Amino acid sequence: MAKATYFSAAGGACFILALAIAPAKAEDPTQPWSQADSYYGPTEMAEARRAVQKEHGGNTMYYVLADRLEYQTNDGDPLLLFDGQGWWGGDRNKLTLKSELEYDLTADRFEEAEIQALWTRPIARYFDLQAGARHDFTAGADRTFGVLGVQGLAPYWFEIDAAAFVSGDGDVSARVELEYELLLTQRLILQPRTELNFAIQSVEEVGVGSGLSTAEVGARLRYEIRRQFAPYVGVSWTRSVGETADFARADGEDPGGVSFVAGLRLWF
Amino acid sequence: MYSRRRFMQAGAAGGVIASATGLLPAWAKSASAGNTGIFELAGNSFDLTVGHSAVEIGKRRGHAITVNGTVPGPLLRFREGEKLTLRVKNMLDEDTSIHWHGLLVPFYMDGVPGVSFPGIKPGETFTYEYAVPQYGTYWYHSHSGLQEQAGHYGPIIIDPASADPVTSDREYVLVLSDWSFEHPHKVFARVKKDMEVYNFQQRTIGDFVSDVGKNGLGATLEDRAMWGQMRMSPTDISDVTAAAYTYLINGHATADNWTGIFNPGERVRLRIINASAMTIFNFRIPGLPMTVVAADGLNVRPVETDEFQIGVAETYDVIVEPKRARAFPIVAESIDRSGQVVATFAPEPDMRATAPLLRDRPTLTHKDMGMAAMAGMNHGGMDHGAMASGSKAPGPNVQGSMDHAAMGHGTSADTNDGAVKPDMASMPGMSEDKSGMSSMSHDMSGGAMQEHNHKTDAGVDNVAMAPTNRLDEPGLGLEDVPHRALRYSQLRSLDPNPDTRAPEREMEIHLTGNMERYMWSFDGVKFSAVEKPIIFHEGERLRVTLVNDTMMTHPIHLHGMFFDLVVDEGDHKPRKHTVNVKPGDKLSFDVSAEHVGDWAFHCHLLFHMHAGMMQVVSLLPRDGAAPIAPDEMKMDHKAMGHEGMDHGSMKMSDETMKPREISSPDHSKMTHGSEH
Repeated sequence: MAKATYFSAAGGACFILALAIAPAKAEDPTQPWSQADSYYGPTEMAEARRAVQKEHGGNTMYYVLADRLEYQTNDGDPLLLFDGQGWWGGDRNKLTLKSELEYDLTADRFEEAEIQALWTRPIARYFDLQAGARHDFTAGADRTFGVLGVQGLAPYWFEIDAAAFVSGDGDVSARVELEYELLLTQRLILQPRTELNFAIQSVEEVGVGSGLSTAEVGARLRYEIRRQFAPYVGVSWTRSVGETADFARADGEDPGGVSFVAGLRLWF
Repeated sequence: MYSRRRFMQAGAAGGVIASATGLLPAWAKSASAGNTGIFELAGNSFDLTVGHSAVEIGKRRGHAITVNGTVPGPLLRFREGEKLTLRVKNMLDEDTSIHWHGLLVPFYMDGVPGVSFPGIKPGETFTYEYAVPQYGTYWYHSHSGLQEQAGHYGPIIIDPASADPVTSDREYVLVLSDWSFEHPHKVFARVKKDMEVYNFQQRTIGDFVSDVGKNGLGATLEDRAMWGQMRMSPTDISDVTAAAYTYLINGHATADNWTGIFNPGERVRLRIINASAMTIFNFRIPGLPMTVVAADGLNVRPVETDEFQIGVAETYDVIVEPKRARAFPIVAESIDRSGQVVATFAPEPDMRATAPLLRDRPTLTHKDMGMAAMAGMNHGGMDHGAMASGSKAPGPNVQGSMDHAAMGHGTSADTNDGAVKPDMASMPGMSEDKSGMSSMSHDMSGGAMQEHNHKTDAGVDNVAMAPTNRLDEPGLGLEDVPHRALRYSQLRSLDPNPDTRAPEREMEIHLTGNMERYMWSFDGVKFSAVEKPIIFHEGERLRVTLVNDTMMTHPIHLHGMFFDLVVDEGDHKPRKHTVNVKPGDKLSFDVSAEHVGDWAFHCHLLFHMHAGMMQVVSLLPRDGAAPIAPDEMKMDHKAMGHEGMDHGSMKMSDETMKPREISSPDHSKMTHGSEH
């Protein structure tokens, strides 16, 4: 072959074609790029430009996670528990919903029912800031809180969800949840978790004392039939602490104990 | 009888359009009964219909978006320089497009919605018209949504106007791809929600125990702590794996056993195209050496090898000469080794080659983090937190613990022979890294750490502190295979480079992302947030340096022009349209700004592009006038006096080679280093 460049004779045909079609127009300085406008019209191209940018990095989607959907033995006073969250939005802004429900099967009523609606925004590589409201529907003790928290992935792969709550009466409390995933195999995963609740003030009506109020430590062993669908068994130890435990005892309740749990972890 | 000559004759007849029921050309036909191969359309006028089709893959029914009803779409075969008319009818209920990958078409025929044209609306027929001044192996695919993942791609062969310097008795096209029975948007959404959803090769307790056995408890804990602190995993190699994909050769899964026939003693040309959405493949034919004769469509000086890594959208042409009448397996293994596809290359039909076992999965290393220089150092003393934060000035801890003088910055620019052996002995633990260190002349000059003058917000989880030029490495997992594996540094263009001017302007572009959030970008800005394109000025010669801040291999594609990969400063640099940028890699290409227009520039991993790893290169005309066609550019070169230059004597002095806007390497050191 001759020492041809790749812009040899054939380029001519290309060039002629270009001249035949090209009405010469300067590009639109208000647009990031616009050289195709003179071939296909500025309106059509502007629309396509918006679409192509949105499509590449600007999409919104949703996520729903039931982290714990389980039966707890709770020392012969069995409970059904749901702990989950979901979001809708893009990389920068999300609407996050979180909920924790505890249903007492013996008493046939909700022991606890809370829902949070939060605006979520990334503040660091692995952490999101969350702000919004929480409402507790517990019978006789309906309360609404303002919420400010962070959720994300700490070094060494600890998943953290920490939030401070301020009730309508000005009572301040906080909650820290920590989870870790230990891969025994590609699908058999041990998930230790702990949850600590703190309060600044005592609020006797809801049985919460100041300081560390309740602590939960548990471990769940799940099998991911699919990543999105994993049945599990586990054990969970929950205990009220300090003044909170005193309130519980005064109410004739057990300040805590060990539960065996069985449930499902789901996401989609 | 099925020599490629025969097909050239068919092509020469011109305007011949194969009907859907036409005979398959032998190169595409599988020997297994009931299988379908790739149809060939030849000539200068093509009718293509994009629509929904049912397909059968690996004995399972699936739904595909197809061109003319098949996966892959028909082979388009035409002649260099011939004026073509391609009518594309959209039968979908969404917009579509066809991009002609690697073809030097006028930009408004390039087929990227929102960049080069508005897209093809449902029910509409768009007519592409162009002639291309090139020949070789290329391909086409949708540039709309995730249609490419659903089957919207096909091969292109352009026959040369004059004699082909590469001769063969027979040829086959091998289109590699990754097929998912799940909807592409579902697959993308899952990865976005949990980036390890398809990774079933993660490190487990079992790996921990075996690593303790091998390396001791201290070293294993230190290793786990380092990865844990970074919140990264050494097994994050493919976002989507064989857990979701069935890998295909010419639309055939391993079970379908696509078979290519040869007569022993023949010279067979294989035109290999990676048309995957997300899969980088390791390609080999165990027992059969391959001579690489073309890369990305353009001829290269023949180089013999046994295996090569092929990035998404790259093409390689190889010559094989099977002497024995036996069945050879054609193996395309995904880079993470979660799966492979095996076809058969045999002297007769109804043979099935024995598939090799999948090899052990590779894992990422320090070098892949862009911390090659730190390999083997005392991690305990390093402030990883500071390193992850992207601070420009490394903490005293880091600086203090690195012996820059011992790193051999001043090594030779000649990365080709791999003979350069910088003094590694003074760096404990560096002995295994010798190949990659030989080419640090471009990046570690003066011992400076990599600068990061780009956005590093939540969308960027890592910056390469000390990236290295990795052109002299074969790619992740192929460093220690017991046979030859191709490196970019081995490639040289067969023809002299058409433009050998020294670059007059340099720019650096960082490949960035956040694995956990599954955000991908250039310079920390997703395409959705881009306000200004990358500007090239017509007539200028640029050196573009890509720095991979992420831990993934990104096949980066620039539309509308070939770039000269800087494997040396000679005038036979390999010219490519797509280059695999390895994790922690820093490589450069030189490019002549000739084809005026707006050109897409993106990672060819479809989901990375979809997540934002895309930009536009706006190649602006010199005077703000209408776009100028390629051959006028050539005239301009003449006017600029370059034609008269003696390209053969372009072994330039330091002065002329020095790009204007960068701090140049310390050449005196380079000379010194090469004496080792």
